Amino acid sequence: MSKPTALSIGIQRGRLEIKQFIRQRESVVFTMLFPLILLAIFGSVFSNSIAKGVTFSQYFVAGMIASGMVNTGFQQLAIMIPMEREFGTLKRLRGTPMPASSYFIGKAILVTLSMIVQVFLLLAAGVIFFGVNLPTTAQKWLLLAALLILGSACSTVLGIAFSNVPKSGRGASAVVSPVVIVLQFFSGVFFVFTQLPHWMQYVAAIFPLKWMTQGARSVFLPDSFATREVAGNWETGRTFAIIGAWLVIGLFWAIRSFKWERD
Amino acid sequence: MSKVISVSGLRKSYGSNSAVAGLDLEIEQGEIFALLGPNGAGKTTTVEILEGFRDRDAGQVRVLDFDPATKGSAGQRWRDRIGIVLQSTQDAGNLTVYESVSHFATYYENPKEPREVIELVGLTEKSDALGRTLSGGQRRRLDVALGIIGNPELIFLDEPTTGFDPEARRAFWQLIRKLRDEGATILLTTHYLDEAEALADRVAVINRGQIIEISTPDQLGGRATSLATVSWRDGVEIRTEKSANPTALVNSLSQQFGGEIPELNVRRASLEDIYLEMIGGSLE
Repeated sequence: MSKPTALSIGIQRGRLEIKQFIRQRESVVFTMLFPLILLAIFGSVFSNSIAKGVTFSQYFVAGMIASGMVNTGFQQLAIMIPMEREFGTLKRLRGTPMPASSYFIGKAILVTLSMIVQVFLLLAAGVIFFGVNLPTTAQKWLLLAALLILGSACSTVLGIAFSNVPKSGRGASAVVSPVVIVLQFFSGVFFVFTQLPHWMQYVAAIFPLKWMTQGARSVFLPDSFATREVAGNWETGRTFAIIGAWLVIGLFWAIRSFKWERD
Repeated sequence: MSKVISVSGLRKSYGSNSAVAGLDLEIEQGEIFALLGPNGAGKTTTVEILEGFRDRDAGQVRVLDFDPATKGSAGQRWRDRIGIVLQSTQDAGNLTVYESVSHFATYYENPKEPREVIELVGLTEKSDALGRTLSGGQRRRLDVALGIIGNPELIFLDEPTTGFDPEARRAFWQLIRKLRDEGATILLTTHYLDEAEALADRVAVINRGQIIEISTPDQLGGRATSLATVSWRDGVEIRTEKSANPTALVNSLSQQFGGEIPELNVRRASLEDIYLEMIGGSLE
């Protein structure tokens, strides 16, 4: 047999990760179904329009798609990796000739696939049940694709980096979930961002989720809504710059701090 | 070179606690070598340094003619030649035995055939069972399958039979002997002295971070020449005597009792007796 490459092993790992994900009912429900339930609740409770031609559902779907990148990347990995560390999965892998990069390629494949499925489900549910309008120009679709690629990459590396924060595998979701939920509230996922207290807006602007939601709104809301944003426009350049900066920070943080074993 | 592992002057401290304090060790190709010692003696630290999981503070270490502390991708070629069976793990519960074993085979350059390895560890009937449905003993055999799938020249086994019933344990010992007969060198750490006695060609006793003695199981601690313990009932009390000539003692007792000696028991020191004496009387 020829020498396996890091990429070919990584792809094998990706297949395995997906297989394990699908067989773990809790993860499917938690990661995939929960955002849909939220969409159903918020979409039903707030059926009003927030601007001419913009329903709250439309606003909310944009926020949930941004959250989808955080759920499938950051949240999923920052909970899953500490458990793998606790169960000895990582130590076992460390004892084999598997290149470290293959492990991360596998995780990236899992995140990419679960993110695509999640965005698709949210869009489908939004269109079918809440009359959400899909983008009509190729330019907006391209913007969405670019946002999903950069946002997911950012979310993935931050999830890997943050996986060193929880002290135990079992306690990981108690550490990670509140971070995500608070960020969602601050970043204008559940409420119209500009109606939040100013200090919340300032805090949110430090973190990438606020920029992901704003980027998603620039795709799904009519351009006329841009004047209602904080800066009076979509700030597309700044959005990509800040998410990109977090990607770089996350990358260095992950490389420096990643541990294969619990201390 | 026939030395698979060679260690000299190995030291490792955690803060002010010296876990390994000048340890020397040589393991020959093709032997089953058991490392015995109480918890905290430095066993795990030593093995983890040999496995490349931990850095050392001082000393020379060669494992398959490679320094396990080497950083970077050079270690991958070396890891291709070793197999590590860690203490109990719970991972891959949502993969079948076959999926796990055949996936791990993709990491290695010259892996064994997954079906053959599953057969070897006796899990053929469980090939399509998910990891989380396996019993403790089956789980452990899966761990071994994952450790040997790469066709390793050197196998590290850490407490391999914890939680096994006696039958499973004997079957497991057979498996380890078979791997040795196929040419692998095996470094075993265990708490079970009967296991070391049954399996090991040589044993080392480690305490306070140093090797106290290296010997064959039947020679350890002067066991072969140690005094035998003879005990018998004399009226209401049980009497015990240590003797270098137990046969002569039994003969004279036999004459004294006119034939049968009540509740006679003649016992050589077990490996456990010798071991407990060596480490100062406490097993844990």
